Order: sequence, then structure tokens, then C-alpha cells
Amino acid sequence: MNEMIETESLRFAYPADEGGQPVFALRGVDLTIEKGSFVVVLGHNGSGKSTLAKTFNAVLLPAGGKVYVKGMDTLDESLLLAIRQRVGMVFQNPDNQIVANVVEEDVAFAPENLGVPTEEIRKRVDDALRTVGMYDFVRHAPHLLSGGQKQRIAIAGVLAMEPECIVLDEATAMLDPVGRREVLSTVHRLNREKGITVVLITHHMNEAEEADRVVVMDDGKIAMDGTPAEVFTQVADLRHMGLTVPDTVDLLDRLRRDGVDVPLDALTVEACADVIAEAFDNMRQV
Amino acid sequence: MLKDITLGQYFPGDTPAHRLDPRTKILLVLFYIIALFCAKGAAGYGVLALTLAVCVRISKVGLRALVRGLKPVLFIIIFTGLLNLFFTPGTRNLVEWGPVRISDAGVHNAVFMVLRIMLLIMGTFLMTYTTSPISLTDGLERLLNGLKKLHVPVHELAMMMSIALRFIPTLIEETDKIMSAQKARGADFESGNLIQKARALIPILVPLFISAFRRADELATAMECRCYHGGEGRTKLHVLKYQGRDYAALAMGAVILAGVIALGRFGI
Repeated sequence: MNEMIETESLRFAYPADEGGQPVFALRGVDLTIEKGSFVVVLGHNGSGKSTLAKTFNAVLLPAGGKVYVKGMDTLDESLLLAIRQRVGMVFQNPDNQIVANVVEEDVAFAPENLGVPTEEIRKRVDDALRTVGMYDFVRHAPHLLSGGQKQRIAIAGVLAMEPECIVLDEATAMLDPVGRREVLSTVHRLNREKGITVVLITHHMNEAEEADRVVVMDDGKIAMDGTPAEVFTQVADLRHMGLTVPDTVDLLDRLRRDGVDVPLDALTVEACADVIAEAFDNMRQV
Repeated sequence: MLKDITLGQYFPGDTPAHRLDPRTKILLVLFYIIALFCAKGAAGYGVLALTLAVCVRISKVGLRALVRGLKPVLFIIIFTGLLNLFFTPGTRNLVEWGPVRISDAGVHNAVFMVLRIMLLIMGTFLMTYTTSPISLTDGLERLLNGLKKLHVPVHELAMMMSIALRFIPTLIEETDKIMSAQKARGADFESGNLIQKARALIPILVPLFISAFRRADELATAMECRCYHGGEGRTKLHVLKYQGRDYAALAMGAVILAGVIALGRFGI
């Protein structure tokens, strides 16, 4: 079985305010996330991307359609713990997901809940903290750490469950650029070295450059789905949905409009610099 | 300025008093309180004062910190002392000045009552000074474990207490931020009478409460995502275990308690 998460015509609505209509956040989403992949879900505010993420580990239950985690139906209440243990979730505000006063106690929270024996908890806590590079802070108070460090503690707290998939629900939105880089490099490493499936929900286009796959949500539906190069070259469509394109694509797009012959799909800064240099070399020779 | 508030008042250290199991310390404080109420005369109080002095010495907590703990209750101590001094009927009046009388029993009662309250407070403070709030909650949870059979939600209470302790610094920081934001808009917290000052706090409390509820909601979701489902089947990273020193300390505590009760029987 190669599917980590599978949704079938998934629908979800938030209850209405008094007298109003219920707000449909998801209107039929069919999505399959492969095991071991790195998927970025993009979308502007209100596109349903966060709602989608919360259905992946049964925080929200579908109002119509189904969500399967490794074949387990999230509507089946007896599978709740099994599902949540496999799909860990990191949220936006680091302060509101840290439970304990000491870093190690916080990382131990999930395995404690799962009834893991004490020696095994110790091992998992140490391993998880080493993996995210926070082992030096075992006995620190979390509220004295920086935002990026707190988010890495939160990731360690999820890792201690030994999940197969980590969903980051705008986990970088409140961080400064340094903190954002710390968190992103950590999840990329987890994906590469431990084969953990990563679903990254964000509205920062630049975070999608290195993903295997980019899914763009708009108005509760999937609007685009493909590799970063496939998605980001559709500059006009993205702008139409109120999204910006990565800075590199934006630059290449403008150059093209000015008649410079460059491809659009050079997403990383290095690749972008290379194609521009090449284009200008060609122009000089002509 | 709000950052200076230290709740729980824990002084980290690595003395024998710090290393004792939190349950031992809670039980010892309980012994101490019982002994204080059984003590009758100078001998009993002497033993208890000496015990406290020895414990303070071992814990290396400064006597000044301990005395500072008495400050907030100073009024109660003085009030109790005066009440006992003037209103205890005795066999012989030492001072008679119009309606005011001080009897020999009054002096005796006042001195011992003040002593009792002071020792009681300093004894309990010594425990909170040498035990971190988390291990204190942990110890309480384990001590009260038996009450679970009576459907007392022991785990839930301990969990609430530790989350409250966790969020004190976060909420203090937030209050600081809101106060600065309101000051930047011209709010005035310093001038005016008591009622005006209290009213000035409303623009701080409302956003603080809203944000606290939002935080609680998000924290609950995050806890559920990490498989929290109550105390059932939960294991612990740090398991409390009685050591030799705990048994020794408890035995000594019991001996002192018995001694003070015996002295009290003879009225000394």
C-alpha cells in the first residue's frame, strides 16, 4: 500500500452564525498523498487549506465523503488514536502547543499518552531532540526559547510518537526568516533521511520550491496539482487566484515579457541565476 | 515590571532538602502542621523552631527569603497577636487601664499564637522554596492517587495545575504587551483614585481573556493531536521513587511529631 492519506470527494462546512448559511470550506476534494513524499499545499486565506489539513488526523471529521489514513477511515472512532499516532500535526502558534514547563517533559507528552514504558520514553525523547538539533536544551523552560526553537520542540514532540506523516499547518507563519529556515531544513531532513511523509500548508510560495508536489487550493477545491515547475509556470492563473509566484519565477516572467528568452521553471535562486546568465551570454553572441 | 513576579517561589539547588521526593516533603509539612497544633508549651515550640532552623540550614535557603515570605501575612499575625493579648481572660491582670486589660494568659496565648503562625508559614514556604512547582504537582497527584477510587478527578486536577503553571509566564508576557499597546494609545494606569484605576484595567482584561480562551482552544486541539485522552493508561517520563533518604526523613519527622505530642501531654 503506497497511499499515506487519501480523500474521496471530501466536503466540510463550518456551522453557520445565527440565521446565516453554513460556510463550506471544502467542496469535494479528491487527493492522494503518497508515502514518503513532500507535498506543499498552497492557497490564500479562506481557500480551505487549513481545514483540509485538520481532516488528515481526525481533528475535523468530513461532513461528506471520506478521509483514509493508511486505509483507516477517520470516521471510525475506535481508530482515532491509531490515526493520530501516525499523522502528527504542528500548528501555527508555537506557544499554544507546548504543554509542559520543561522541554523534555513536553516532548514526552505524546508517548506518555500512548502508554509507552518509561525507558522507551526516555530513548524517544532523546532521539527526537537530537533529530531536530535541540538536545542541548533538554532541561530548559520552553518559554525562554526563540520561535524557531519552539517550533522544533513541537516537531520533536510529534516525532516522539514515531509518526509516518507530519502535517505542518502554517507552522512557519509566525516565525522570522531565520526560524523559518530552521524549521524547513528540519522537515526536509526528516523527509529525506527518515522517509517521513511531509504535508506543508503555507502561503509562502518560496517554501514550495523544493517540494515533490504542489497542490493549490482555491475556494474549497483543488485548483492545481503538480510538480513545483508545472504549477509555478502558470503565472497568470496563480495571480488570478490572488497568489503571488516565487520571486525567481516573477523575475523570469518579467524578463520574458521584455523579450528575453528564458525558461520559467528555474525555481531555485541558483538555477534562476544560471538561466539568466546563459540567456544574456546568448544575446551577446548574437 | 510584571516579569518580576515569581509564582511558586522556587529556589533551584542541589541540597538534601531539594533532593527529597516531593511526596516526602508534603508529608513532612503535614507532620509539622499537626505537631504545631499539638504543641502546648515552650519545650514543644522550642523543638519545632529548632527543627525548622536545622531544615533551613540544610536547604541553604536564606533566612531573609523565608522572613520575606511572612510580609504579606504580617497584618494577620499582628491582628491575631493583639486579639489574643487583649481578649483572653486570665487569673491575674498584668495591666488594667480603663476597659483595656492584659492578663497573664493573654500574654502567653499571644506569644504562642504568633509563634505558631510564623512557624507554620515558614515551614510551608520552605517546601515551596525547595520543590519545583512541577514536582510538587506530580507529588500531589501521586499522594492523592487513592482518591481516584472515590471518583475524585486527581489526574485532571494535576494536569490543570501544571498547564496553569506553564502558561503563567506566557500570559504575563501578553499582559505586558497589551499594557504597552494601550499606553501607546494614551491609556493611563497610574493616576486617579482606586475606582478609576480599576476601570483602567478593563481594556487590559478584555483582550487578555479573549486571547486566553483562544489559546486554551488551540492548546486543547494540540493536546488531542498528541493522543491525549485523559489519565487512563498514561505512563510517565519521570517516575517518582522513594529512596533511603526519604524513609529516613519520614522516620525522623514521625519521631519529632510523637515527641512534641508527648511534651504537649505534660503541658510543656
